[in-house]
Amino acid sequence: MMADARWIDIGPVEQLPALGARTLPVQGGQEIAIFRTATGSIHALANKCPHKAGPLSQGIVHDTSVTCPLHNWRISLLTGEALGEDKGCVPVIPVKIDAGRIYIERASALAGVV
Amino acid sequence: MNAPVITNVQQEKASGQARERLVVIGNGMAGCRAVEEILARDGDRYAITIFGAEPRVNYDRIMLSPVLAGDKSFEDIIINDQSWYDDNGIELVSGDAVIAIKREAREVVSASGRVTPYDRLLIATGSDPFIIPVPGHKLPGVITFRDLDDVDKMLTAAETGGNAVVIGGGLLGLEAAHGLSLRGMKVTVLHLMPTLMERQLDEAAGFLLRSELERRGQTIITQADTAEILGDSHVTGVKLKDGTEIEADLVVMAVGIKPSTGLAKLAELEVERGIVVDDNMVTSDPAIVAVGECVQHRGACYGLVAPLWEMCRALADFMTSTPSGYVGSVTATKLKVSGINLFSAGDFSGGADTEDIVMRDASRGVYKRVVVKGDRLIGAVLYGDTADGSWYFDLLKRQEDISDIREALIFGQAFASGGATLDPDSAVAALSQDAEICGCNGVTKGQVVACIDGGAGDLDSVRAGCKASASCGSCTGLVESLLSLSLGDDYDGERKVTPMCKCTSFTHEDVRRNILEKELKSIPQVMQELHWTTADGCASCRPALNYYLLCAWPTEHEEDPQSRFVNERMHANIQKDGTYSVVPRMWGGITTPNELRAIADAADKYEARLVKVTGGQRLDIFGIKKEDLPAIWADLNAAGMVSGHAYGKALRTVKTCVGSEWCRFGTQDSTGLGIKAEQMTWGSWMPHKFKIAVSGCPRNCAEASIKDLGIICVDSGYELSVGGNGGIHLRGTDFLCKVETEEQALEYMAAFIQLYREEARYLDRTAPWVERVGMDYIKGRIVEDEAGRKELQERFLFAQSVHQKDPWAERVAGAEGHLHKHIAEIRPFSVLEPA
Ligand SMILES: Cc1cc2nc3c(=O)[nH]c(=O)nc-3n(C[C@H](O)[C@H](O)[C@H](O)COP(=O)(O)OP(=O)(O)OC[C@H]3O[C@@H](n4cnc5c(N)ncnc54)[C@H](O)[C@@H]3O)c2cc1C
Ligand code: HEM
Ligand code: SF4
Ligand code: FES
Repeated sequence: MMADARWIDIGPVEQLPALGARTLPVQGGQEIAIFRTATGSIHALANKCPHKAGPLSQGIVHDTSVTCPLHNWRISLLTGEALGEDKGCVPVIPVKIDAGRIYIERASALAGVV
Repeated sequence: MNAPVITNVQQEKASGQARERLVVIGNGMAGCRAVEEILARDGDRYAITIFGAEPRVNYDRIMLSPVLAGDKSFEDIIINDQSWYDDNGIELVSGDAVIAIKREAREVVSASGRVTPYDRLLIATGSDPFIIPVPGHKLPGVITFRDLDDVDKMLTAAETGGNAVVIGGGLLGLEAAHGLSLRGMKVTVLHLMPTLMERQLDEAAGFLLRSELERRGQTIITQADTAEILGDSHVTGVKLKDGTEIEADLVVMAVGIKPSTGLAKLAELEVERGIVVDDNMVTSDPAIVAVGECVQHRGACYGLVAPLWEMCRALADFMTSTPSGYVGSVTATKLKVSGINLFSAGDFSGGADTEDIVMRDASRGVYKRVVVKGDRLIGAVLYGDTADGSWYFDLLKRQEDISDIREALIFGQAFASGGATLDPDSAVAALSQDAEICGCNGVTKGQVVACIDGGAGDLDSVRAGCKASASCGSCTGLVESLLSLSLGDDYDGERKVTPMCKCTSFTHEDVRRNILEKELKSIPQVMQELHWTTADGCASCRPALNYYLLCAWPTEHEEDPQSRFVNERMHANIQKDGTYSVVPRMWGGITTPNELRAIADAADKYEARLVKVTGGQRLDIFGIKKEDLPAIWADLNAAGMVSGHAYGKALRTVKTCVGSEWCRFGTQDSTGLGIKAEQMTWGSWMPHKFKIAVSGCPRNCAEASIKDLGIICVDSGYELSVGGNGGIHLRGTDFLCKVETEEQALEYMAAFIQLYREEARYLDRTAPWVERVGMDYIKGRIVEDEAGRKELQERFLFAQSVHQKDPWAERVAGAEGHLHKHIAEIRPFSVLEPA
């Protein structure tokens, strides 16, 4: 896969089960969680709940949100914002699907890497 | 006028002035509905006599399909029982068909010779099934599907199994086929056209339907032209024009219906395809009106119930001197085959000036198509996801201008009406007053709301008051939304039942009952069937459904890891830093030097940050990384240890004391019984975590009195108590019973656990459950009902034969490996290829 300036290829869509999530560690940076919804759309968030840093990748995905495994905050996969009564936000990392492969935006993925 | 033959009932009611005599021919859906509508407007105007050819009271014909399928009994589908006729002073003459109408004399003559005069006559004779006149069509074993007698014949035939051939792949034929196949027959459906239900479905939806039916074991032959029905004294098979022969012990003809017009023709009323009526449902004779499938109105004949309700309203308005006029109906169809959701309405034949908008979602088996002409919706076909059916149907009937929502139309009401909310209440609020809520009984939103405004404060009163949701129940969610919209907080406050979660209006108990009754076997199926209002549920209903399904169908259930809480998905306990803790099982709290060595080695190798003795008498290894879990499990497995399920809504530990083997007070071998109990119960999934303890004497060192199930040994046996909890709300156990032998103790334990598994709500510990149902109930099921106890035990042991396997070993062998691996890894400036 040719590395492209803006997007990084992280592999085929099938690696993710529907309603599942997997992790993408970034050396020196913040681990990313990649989610797949029931309708097949792919989303990426920092793998760190705005509440107490729970690993969102281990939560239950439903509709376009994920419920954190530690204390059940619900986080939007679209905006990274906590839904309902809770307040907080986690970074969203842009992703795209092209020919069945997932690409993640380089600049956002590497944000904070020193 | 002739001397009227007035019955006792009529005389009583008619005291005072003489009432007009209304005679109804046909005790079916339209005839009785017409009478109900008239009575609702003016209860005293007519003295009513109803003739019915069938020897029974009025019932819901469309529910014959669920009766055939075994979902309902005849009693369930009765619309009006005898007391309705009595209370309203109606004389029912059942089992006696009318054979002639004498118009000049204004009387009808029945088969038994009875002559009854009328002032007004209502003909509601329905339709006759169409029978293709091929050779052999009169053989015994060839039947139609129209009334209860037909269903009885099918049920009798199905008792001996064998082959059934259903001729006709329309709504009726497919419902017959479904029922017969559930009753154990091998079913072949013969359909003349290339597409099943071609009048209601387009090719794509017909294909999805066909594949689903084939998957369920039916044989579907399309373009099948029946030439002959074979057999001498009874049907043995069906022969097609192309020479194919199909074995059959039963042939059901469901190729169509024709309006039942024989009587009207004899009486020389104007009859074309049906009995011709005007907008007030009046025939060519002003004294005679007609409603239902037997009529032809503005050139159209109907074969579904919805138009009948509209006809009956218009008729009743006319008969009570406030004519409103019937203008014809647009119809919509749903197939009543459990697990198949299919909706169609209007015209979808296509054409130059129409535009199709299609959406497919193969993964969900959804196909949606709407047909637009100009700025109007003219047709819709939905397969797999019919939640928006009534919304489309409403747009279609009202000829609404859809230009503003055209782009979003196919995504359904939630999207098209602006906000992406999936709130069911706002969707229902947006429906117009005359939108149909209950298709089975033809009840509009306006009528439900009127019924609620009239004092119906809960679902049952609405069902009793206006019949909405009283038949198949699939509109229950809509009715509940209307209740909560109309009553606001009053409704929620008054509710005795709380729904499982915000995705549904069904309670936990409703859902479990439906899973069994409708044989729902997967989460999407439950959500489709029970009209979940969200696409894929939420973090609270998905794990519950997963549990209910595995409990109901131990052998068939397919695990859905995405519907497990993280601990159960990872088979370890997540800790606040995102690492996991690992607890191997130590049977009854007993360990060996070898096991201890393996734990020590594992703790070193995987850099555990802490090893702790738990309150459940075993060791917890903390700080293990997600990636290392399969490896540490493999090491522990190698030393003979299995998962302790310390993470699961499952059997946790069986705590024991040393008992009679060592202790000077011990009365029985509490350790030995604890080990046996743990070996019987480990690996079983439960509504919540479940803890057991066995103490060797009433000193109770194993703290059995705060466990879900505690056993205290005494000289003469074992005392069992249940429902204890040592958590935030400390609760001592309640005494269940005393038994004499270990074997009995194990039997009662298994039975109690199974009762809890089958009846408690997901996430109910035993303590709140025991408090809710009461100890009397539990004793009744476990102690007093010996046969029932043994059945519970049997079901538990059967479930265990499936579920009792070490999840660690499965993971070590590679199952769900992706859960433990990163998808890829990013190293700045050098991107690794994914694994
Ligand atoms: C198995 C099945 C499933 C169906 N499912 C659906 C569905 O899901 N949705 C839907 O909209 N529609 C469905 N229908 C169609 C629906 O049942 C009919 O549209 C409806 O029953 C028609 O009502 P009716 O009163 O006109 O006729 P009927 O209900 O047939 O009533 C006519 C009655 O008149 C009696 N009768 C006839 N002649 C005489 C006489 N000479 N003297 C005395 N009595 C007489 C008959 O015995 C019968 O009881 C289904 C039909 C069947 C058979
Ligand atoms: C997420 C929250 C919790 C976690 C991760 C957790 C974890 C554990 C673990 C790992 C053990 C050792 C059990 C074993 O060996 O199998 C344990 C024991 C115990 N836990 Fe919890 N627990 C939690 C919540 C609770 C709650 C809410 C209660 C009270 C209702 C509770 C009451 C107990 C008790 C009484 C024991 C001792 C069990 C015994 O003696 O058998 N725990 N817990
Ligand atoms: S419960 Fe009784 S038998 Fe068991 S250890 Fe305590 S004193 Fe001994
Ligand atoms: S860390 Fe996510 S909810 Fe608390």
